[in-house]
Amino acid sequence: MLMHPKRRNKLLIILGLLIGTGVITSLVLYALSQNINLFFSPSDIAQGKAPLHQRIRAGGMVREGSLIRATDSLKVRFVITDFVENVKVDYTGILPDLFREGQGIVAQGALNEQGVFVADEVLAKHDENYMPPEVTQALDEAHANAVVVPIDAEFAK
Amino acid sequence: MTQSSWRMPRWFHQMGSPKWFYDFSGKMQPWFAVLALLLLSWGMAWGLAFAPADYQQGNSFRIMYVHVPAAILSQSIFIGMAVAGAIGIVWKMKVAFMVARSCISIGASFTLIALLTGAIWGKPTWGAYWVWDARLTSTLVLLFLYAGVMALNQAITERQIAGKATAILAIVGTINIPIIKYSVEWWNTLHQASSFSLTQKPSMPAEMYMPLLLTVLGSYCLFVLVVLIRTRTQIIETQSHASWLMQHKDVSGA
Repeated sequence: MLMHPKRRNKLLIILGLLIGTGVITSLVLYALSQNINLFFSPSDIAQGKAPLHQRIRAGGMVREGSLIRATDSLKVRFVITDFVENVKVDYTGILPDLFREGQGIVAQGALNEQGVFVADEVLAKHDENYMPPEVTQALDEAHANAVVVPIDAEFAK
Repeated sequence: MTQSSWRMPRWFHQMGSPKWFYDFSGKMQPWFAVLALLLLSWGMAWGLAFAPADYQQGNSFRIMYVHVPAAILSQSIFIGMAVAGAIGIVWKMKVAFMVARSCISIGASFTLIALLTGAIWGKPTWGAYWVWDARLTSTLVLLFLYAGVMALNQAITERQIAGKATAILAIVGTINIPIIKYSVEWWNTLHQASSFSLTQKPSMPAEMYMPLLLTVLGSYCLFVLVVLIRTRTQIIETQSHASWLMQHKDVSGA
């Protein structure tokens, strides 16, 4: 019942194959990591890592209280942040349902000379937390009493 | 000549005998069928109808009760297929190759379900059916790997050679599994991080994750059931000349 040396060698060859492909793949992925990232963070943009006038994606949290809507068009302006740096985003169009201040988004567009990101697509990024509405209602009520009425108050019901 | 001290347990070698596997799987089959039916119907009913709606996504988050089990299974089955294939190569067990072969199409089906439900979920929440982020792209690669394994397995008629060839492709392909798993941590993705980990509390309340746990367990039972049925069919196909099979109550009684 002892493991035959021949079998053990085969097992070692298979493990070697697995480790070998693992090392190769991780090196390739490490080399390509800048291309695999879906978006540039506000810090990347502030450090000049993002190219100007090229179609790129920028992602971050919509800063609380930064959303300004035009009264005569669908134009909006808001600030995305990674809590280190901030980037202004201009967008014309309909925002996704889950778009709200304090929520993550990924925008596609181009960066102009003024450092404003002109977006033509905005995607909402939700996190891994799920909660029943009753729990958040209590939180929201406390929040609403403390500061100005949040823009998304009617959605939280 | 090195004397190895690694000793495989007795049941491991018994599993390699078609007759033993046929008998054992015949006994196990009804249990997995009942468990799969119970867990899936209980979990689905609870998750889809009774669990509370999400504070942000409303009812659309419920697709998670189909999406998450399908995604977990698509990855687990690939690993299972590679392990079975490796056992087939090392211990020359025909049954292991049969088990690996049985895994292919059910794994591919779960991957397809995960991709489709993900697209349906993505539209109302993110605003897009598809984005080329690392999680989505690596899962699409998984579907292509399953397609490659399937094509290779069917292209070779000699079962033993087909088993070896597919096993090697499956073993090399498992490198994609940690990439899928950790894609949301290693790179910026649109897909959210996992709500579950072994070290932390789930990031949702019990009335939301309990149904999910049930559907995940139910899906595992369904997978085992399908693999048992398909492996038994292959045993019947390849052992049709064997006298033990002729005398078996399942076959002679029919």
